[in-house]
Amino acid sequence: MFDYTYLPEMNLIPYLAEMMVKIVFIFSMNMGVFAPLLGWVERKQSALMQDRIGANRADIFGFTVFGLLHTLTDAIKLLTKEDFIPRGADRTLHYLAPFIAVVPALVAFAVIPFGGQYELWGHKANLVIADLDVGMLYIFAVASVGTYGAVIAGWASNNNWSLLGGIRVGAQMLSYEVAMGLTLVGIFMVYGTLRMTEIGAAQENFFHWGIFLQPVGFFLFIACALAENKRTPFDIPEAESELIAGYFTEYSGLKFAMFWMAEFLEMVTISAVLVALFFGGWQIPFVSHQMLADFFGFLGPNLAQVVTMLIHVGVFWAKVCLWIFILMLIRWTLPRFRYDQVMKLGWKIILPLALINIAVTGAVILLVR
Amino acid sequence: MQDNRMDLHTEPLILNMGPSHPATHGTVRFLLKMDGERILHCETEIGYLHRGFEKHCENGTWTQAFPYTDRLNYNSAIQNNVAYALAAEKLLGITDKMPDRCTAVRTIMCELARLADHYTNLGAATLELGALTAFLYFVEARELVWDLIESVCGARLTSNYVRIGGLATDLPEGFDAHVKQVFAKNRELWVEFDKLLTKNRIFLDRMRDTGAISKEDAIAYGFTGPCLRAAGVEYDVRKANPYLLYADLDFDVPVGFTGDNFDRYLIRMEEINQSIRIIEQLLTKLPKGPINVDNPAVRNPSKEAVKSVMESMIHHFKNTIEGIKIPAGEAYVPTEGSNGEVGFYLVSTGGGKPWKCRVRPPCFALTQAMGQMVQGAFLSDIIPTFDMINLIGGECDR
Amino acid sequence: MAELRDLVKRKFGASVLDTHADFGDQTVVIAREGVIEVMRWLKEDPAMGFDFMMDLTAVDYLGKKPRDLRFEVVYHLYSLKHNHRIRVKAPVGEDDASLDSIVSLWKAADWFEREVWDLYGIVFKGHPNLKRILLYEEFVGHPLRKDYNIRQRQPLIGPEN
Repeated sequence: MFDYTYLPEMNLIPYLAEMMVKIVFIFSMNMGVFAPLLGWVERKQSALMQDRIGANRADIFGFTVFGLLHTLTDAIKLLTKEDFIPRGADRTLHYLAPFIAVVPALVAFAVIPFGGQYELWGHKANLVIADLDVGMLYIFAVASVGTYGAVIAGWASNNNWSLLGGIRVGAQMLSYEVAMGLTLVGIFMVYGTLRMTEIGAAQENFFHWGIFLQPVGFFLFIACALAENKRTPFDIPEAESELIAGYFTEYSGLKFAMFWMAEFLEMVTISAVLVALFFGGWQIPFVSHQMLADFFGFLGPNLAQVVTMLIHVGVFWAKVCLWIFILMLIRWTLPRFRYDQVMKLGWKIILPLALINIAVTGAVILLVR
Repeated sequence: MQDNRMDLHTEPLILNMGPSHPATHGTVRFLLKMDGERILHCETEIGYLHRGFEKHCENGTWTQAFPYTDRLNYNSAIQNNVAYALAAEKLLGITDKMPDRCTAVRTIMCELARLADHYTNLGAATLELGALTAFLYFVEARELVWDLIESVCGARLTSNYVRIGGLATDLPEGFDAHVKQVFAKNRELWVEFDKLLTKNRIFLDRMRDTGAISKEDAIAYGFTGPCLRAAGVEYDVRKANPYLLYADLDFDVPVGFTGDNFDRYLIRMEEINQSIRIIEQLLTKLPKGPINVDNPAVRNPSKEAVKSVMESMIHHFKNTIEGIKIPAGEAYVPTEGSNGEVGFYLVSTGGGKPWKCRVRPPCFALTQAMGQMVQGAFLSDIIPTFDMINLIGGECDR
Repeated sequence: MAELRDLVKRKFGASVLDTHADFGDQTVVIAREGVIEVMRWLKEDPAMGFDFMMDLTAVDYLGKKPRDLRFEVVYHLYSLKHNHRIRVKAPVGEDDASLDSIVSLWKAADWFEREVWDLYGIVFKGHPNLKRILLYEEFVGHPLRKDYNIRQRQPLIGPEN
């Protein structure tokens, strides 16, 4: 079906051009659309759930645009705030921490396919920035770098509350990374690959979606992903009623905004991973790539591919948005765990279940063969 | 391998929690000695909201004390108004002469205040556990109750509604229907809140077995109200020493077993239902008649009388300038506030001003036991424990 | 049935200075030396059974009573078992404003006694941690005394800078 060995005979110029387009696209989706807009979505969604109106005050010449302008005012506020560094803090690390937190959240997206493979005017376009054969491992690796940002922020702030937050981040992230890796082993066994594009392509058949093949893995993964995201109910590192703001208590202005952004970007990445692994990626149920291309065949082969590609990309982002919505729904419904309860959940419940899941998956695969 | 842990130099972490902390809202300070996340020692410091309530009262007339009592437990201001008025009326010896309607309306308002207090307390507790949505459901319920209180006395929070020997105003037209409408909505909100939390595993884990106190300790610390009943002691002033109309009303007092935060939560949830039940009973048999005692030396005559009758004007003038004359003596009246026993101990030496106006603050005694309740617990356990104590700075620090 | 105040008077005739039951509140006035003894009996005697120390406060009768009886420390006790209440008052003079602490009997008395010390300057002997509670350490005077001038100012405190 797909040819994954097309790289060597590639022409360099179109290859670089394609690369740039994809990077700019993902970057602008993340930084331009999701990072600023999720703040607004969160406000409006929580308002909807809580029977409120939500942000609607900021206006330009009387136009409030559903409160969207609050995003703009937030940006202005954060940009113009005093950049505060507490006395006795480690200045270098204090500066470095937000960058370490935000960059991995951004680059993790590189291996997630947001569309299939299309042949346009003789050029094969593969809609993923880096089609690594260790795709998922790359995400784990990069995500664990993000942990350092939070831990360093907690340490460098010279504040007991930050320190406690930093320690909690370290413990929570380490525990859940182990569990998260194991919850996905089932998926890798089922699809026989770590490459995200192959997993995506294998889900063209609706009944081969990850959620049907790995239902237990799916729920375990969601729990771990929520914990990695550090949002309620797993927001113990920043639990505002206990630790004031946890590891970023002493951050203000743009550096605070970067932690904020990192959290939102992680949410997008998690939703994207969920979609790519469990919800068929860019695939539409019961409508295969070929069917779409045939349907738009009257446009000619190239344009038909373009339309198919646009539909696939749209479907992918729609699924991501749906998952962001669901993650926010969880965040606004549940209260927060306690530190020891989070640890217990991670080590004593999710980890053993993930191991059992692996064993069962293995047994089933053996039986089917 | 040698165990090196013994050689490691460790020292406890000192955390200063409050008064500027999201969970202590500027009213209390916990000086914590921590071993990691464990609390080795917790020292509680209060007084950040001390306003000199007693000194204020001693320097005003008997009537001028009412606005100050509003600001004790501001969530249930009317209960403090009523408690103070009952104590003053006891000193005046007019307890038996109070009009029936006045007593009934006072009872209704006390229970409305209890509703508002419990809604606020439970909502705030869930907010601080991270469940903002549940909080807003109960805030809505509280707002509706405050609408009722506002329709009666014009203020939502600091009501200043009760007077010695009567009430500021009668219930408004259509109060009955308004109450029915509010209670219908509040019952729905209660069910939603209950569904969101009572069987929520995370919430259960946070509340159960945290901040527990034994029956004996609760008594020794002078616990009253929901926190005492959660520990399994059946003591409610409304039943033990009935005042107002409570002796004639049909209501239950929920009692817990374990004395932990979850029992305190459950008891408050049930008391909401019982308060609604009490108010509905009272509304069906609300007596008609005057709301003030017919004694111009105690309760100001009506404005019309003041403007047309000489004696009334003199009484009004003397009551306002010199204060109501209360004969010398001392009296203590216990009432069941939302947090526990609110008792007013008044001493009069015969003047127009209270010689001593002491209020027994229930959460003063509760806060005292904070250190013991969180000893050896996790840092996070301070949050539900502190919330369930329902420390109201205005009442604790006076 | 004998009233509570009479039972106390019968038991501690020497310590009891006065009793009354105005407005139905059982009240006994005892000499401050007998506070611990009377309170222990009230708490531990089965017929009394006062397990709750509901309230502890003081009243300043400046100008109303002689100097050696200027303050009265007032205890309100409640018995859960018998559902009865009693008020115990102990007069304290101005020159030696002190009496015995009852923290050893009721833990609740701890903060209440600190408050009385804070606002009235009455010393509770044997209290484990008698320091100001509602006011700050640098506060001068005891504000609920009737001779505390409400117009007076307190020294400014705060960080050096």
